[in-house]
Amino acid sequence: MNKREFTCISCPLGCHLELTESQGSDLPEVTGNLCQRGIDFAREEFRAPRRVLTTVVSISGSNSLLPVISAGPIPKEKLLACLDYLKRIKVKTPVTAGDVLVENILETQVSIVAAKTVE
Amino acid sequence: MKTIKCNLLIIGAGPAGLAAAIEADRLGIRDILLLERNDELGGILQQCIHDGFGLQRFKEQLSGPAYAQRFIDEIKQSNVEIKLRTMVIELHQDKSCYAINSEDGVLEIHPQAVILAMGCRERTRNQVFILGDRPGGIMTAGTLQRYMNIEGLIPGRKAVILGSGDIGMIMARRMKLEGIEVEGVYEIMPRPGGLQRNVFQCLQDFDIPLHLSTSVKSTHGKYHLEGVTVVAVDENLKQIAGTERFIACDLLVLSVGLIPENELSEMAQIPISTVTKGPVVDNNLMTQVDGIFAAGNVTSVFDLVDYVSASGETAARGAANYIREEKQSATSIDVLAGKNVTSLIPMKYRKNGQALELYFRSKSIIRAASVHIMQQGQEIYKRKFQIVRPEEMIKLQLKADLVAAINPRQAITVEIRENGRVSDE
Repeated sequence: MNKREFTCISCPLGCHLELTESQGSDLPEVTGNLCQRGIDFAREEFRAPRRVLTTVVSISGSNSLLPVISAGPIPKEKLLACLDYLKRIKVKTPVTAGDVLVENILETQVSIVAAKTVE
Repeated sequence: MKTIKCNLLIIGAGPAGLAAAIEADRLGIRDILLLERNDELGGILQQCIHDGFGLQRFKEQLSGPAYAQRFIDEIKQSNVEIKLRTMVIELHQDKSCYAINSEDGVLEIHPQAVILAMGCRERTRNQVFILGDRPGGIMTAGTLQRYMNIEGLIPGRKAVILGSGDIGMIMARRMKLEGIEVEGVYEIMPRPGGLQRNVFQCLQDFDIPLHLSTSVKSTHGKYHLEGVTVVAVDENLKQIAGTERFIACDLLVLSVGLIPENELSEMAQIPISTVTKGPVVDNNLMTQVDGIFAAGNVTSVFDLVDYVSASGETAARGAANYIREEKQSATSIDVLAGKNVTSLIPMKYRKNGQALELYFRSKSIIRAASVHIMQQGQEIYKRKFQIVRPEEMIKLQLKADLVAAINPRQAITVEIRENGRVSDE
């Protein structure tokens, strides 16, 4: 038996999750959750944790910065490499919130999108 | 001096002001003037680049700028007149208002109704009594957030954070990702001030230590910060002599709470609650001064931006009815915070035939809790909670049919009862 504890990050309630992996069962059991998202989060956290990445990137010909967000969670071990990649890019304006700026960043299958409209 | 007459004046274009303006416009109110002192709309959301906003309203986790963008896109389709870089310098009880900007000079504004949406500001070192030198390198978490996320500056190499509010923890992660060493987060209380999920995803994820029951005693450095002395505190928050420890650092970040920004409200002689630090408001979010409403963090520091924008809409509906002189109960009853309840909004109830929204906090952590709304010993409403915590605001909505049962002459009381044991976790 393998037991792990997590705090659910799916919403501000922050359920205290307990995950138990037992032999012979495919999916680990999760308790402490108030909704399905807690179960999904704990299982993913146990298997391969992922996080949403947010940062700011440079805009060509401007001193302003553009806030960006990953369209979905990125494998945790790739966060720093993605951040490093985003430090080196420059975005051209105009840009609309939701525009894809980097497709499939570092082979993660996740895109980086603009969080703000800049005219 | 230019004089403007308008139906509705909204002060502040953060999420409360934007939501209020859009809702008032949707309700058909014309001549709405929205004033914002910054050079863009969105308020503090523009520097909150992290995600987690809008789960209730949009059913997705947006970043702050993306949340603001939804409202900005909408307000651009509306009839609302917006003035940026405009500072309100005076507000009077008769709702007359003076504002200033570099284009119009001084503006004299005479609105039918006003919605205050100035938000809140951070507590500073002066409010938490730290001894020692006053060098550079000491700033609030929000200032650091602006430096890093808007100005693109890296204001230090090694940081200590005092206070475990959500912004403090979020900035701990942000600094770590940008290569600033974060020595630790120090919290005077025996439990973290912010949400558990931020302890998990901002501190534990990055191995940033959280020192509870510990505070910063003094700061050191002639021109720039060279270090701080931290000290353990006992259960009465008194510093324990002999536990002092020096930490070399060039950045001290303060995340020690937020206070509603009510200078203008005070100028207009609007009564302020000593508990919420915001105006005393009724269920339409009207203050004790007729025709002046308050929405968002100027009223009380809300946990979620969804609550802030919802309160903007509530205030807009109240203001629209006021402008149209629609009938509503002239008398109000008190809404009282009973056992275990604090920071209750609203404090007054005026019958208007609509659902009643209540926001409040529990004074302590209570497991197997139940919230009761009582009037003259009669229970109007009851709801059970697995657990209630002071750091998580509770929002309740009493449907119109339940509200109809309220006697418009007697106070109602909100209380939290403990059906299980009280935990000090």
